[in-house]
Amino acid sequence: MDITVAGVKKTVSDGLTVAQLIVDEKVETPEYVTVTVNDEFVESGTFDVTVLKDGDNVEFLYFMGGGR
Amino acid sequence: MAFTNEQLERYSRHIILKEIGVKGQKKLMAGKVLIIGAGGLGAPAAMYLAAAGVGTIGIADADEVDLSNLQRQIIHATADVGKAKVKSAKETMEALNPDVTVNTYRTFVDSSNILDLIKDYDFIIDGTDNFPAKFLINDACVMAGKPFSHAGIIRFKGQLMTYVPRQGPCYRCVFKEPPPKDAVPTCKQAGVVGAMGGVIGSLQAMEAVKYLTGAGELLTGHLLTFDALKMEWHKIKLPANTHGCAVCGDHPTITSLIDYEQTECDGAL
Repeated sequence: MDITVAGVKKTVSDGLTVAQLIVDEKVETPEYVTVTVNDEFVESGTFDVTVLKDGDNVEFLYFMGGGR
Repeated sequence: MAFTNEQLERYSRHIILKEIGVKGQKKLMAGKVLIIGAGGLGAPAAMYLAAAGVGTIGIADADEVDLSNLQRQIIHATADVGKAKVKSAKETMEALNPDVTVNTYRTFVDSSNILDLIKDYDFIIDGTDNFPAKFLINDACVMAGKPFSHAGIIRFKGQLMTYVPRQGPCYRCVFKEPPPKDAVPTCKQAGVVGAMGGVIGSLQAMEAVKYLTGAGELLTGHLLTFDALKMEWHKIKLPANTHGCAVCGDHPTITSLIDYEQTECDGAL
């Protein structure tokens, strides 16, 4: 199936979970990433049971603390 | 309020813009913006807002200028090392534009003073370098109904979002609570390219100018990220449904301000 991750179209295997995608995408500090699928938040405790569907649009939002 | 000939010339590039014009320039001159943190983000933001003729600009920072600041904090010069950042910033801004009133607050911003600090300002710029301050600014702005620009920079990356009451999610909608100490690197630990403060801090000034003049669409409901190594921008649409947020939601569970443990880059704010 095809999904979009951070604006980039990808072909991934059926049944892929958000948790597995986080591993595949080598997400930095995965325990603190915020995830949206189709512009809705995915609760962080549910990444391993959130199964992606064809056409889903996934975004990773990262903490960025610097500024001074 | 009529413009002097000098003001007409100084602001001519604004006045000629159909989105700003004489009306917009007058709004800028009547506008009040508070910048919290006179550093990598706050420096360019303060300079562009002063140059733009924003009538009243507040700067809050407790620190002195350090030699390691000068790689990115372009509002301060070598001769300012050791000087209070707010004093150094005020001098640069007044030299840029004597039209502008600069209020300085040489103080740690915390739950005891932030509501008092922000209450007289139209728009707030978060130029801080640590999560406790970023959550504090968010919560205070939500509670006080103040719009603000959030931003963060690290290494070759930067991001920002704009909060306007009832027009989209707040920072806490996206990030529920600060990460534990040292879980996410700060710029002192990880480094940051000086120009990144210029890129993102200038966009924060842009949002303040747009908010004050009403030009265009603000960065509400979106997080804009920039990766300088790839030279890529990415605008992430944020969920519209934020009813469950602990601070800006329908039934907030956070109703008083929180001073989280400080884990900042280079000295407490």
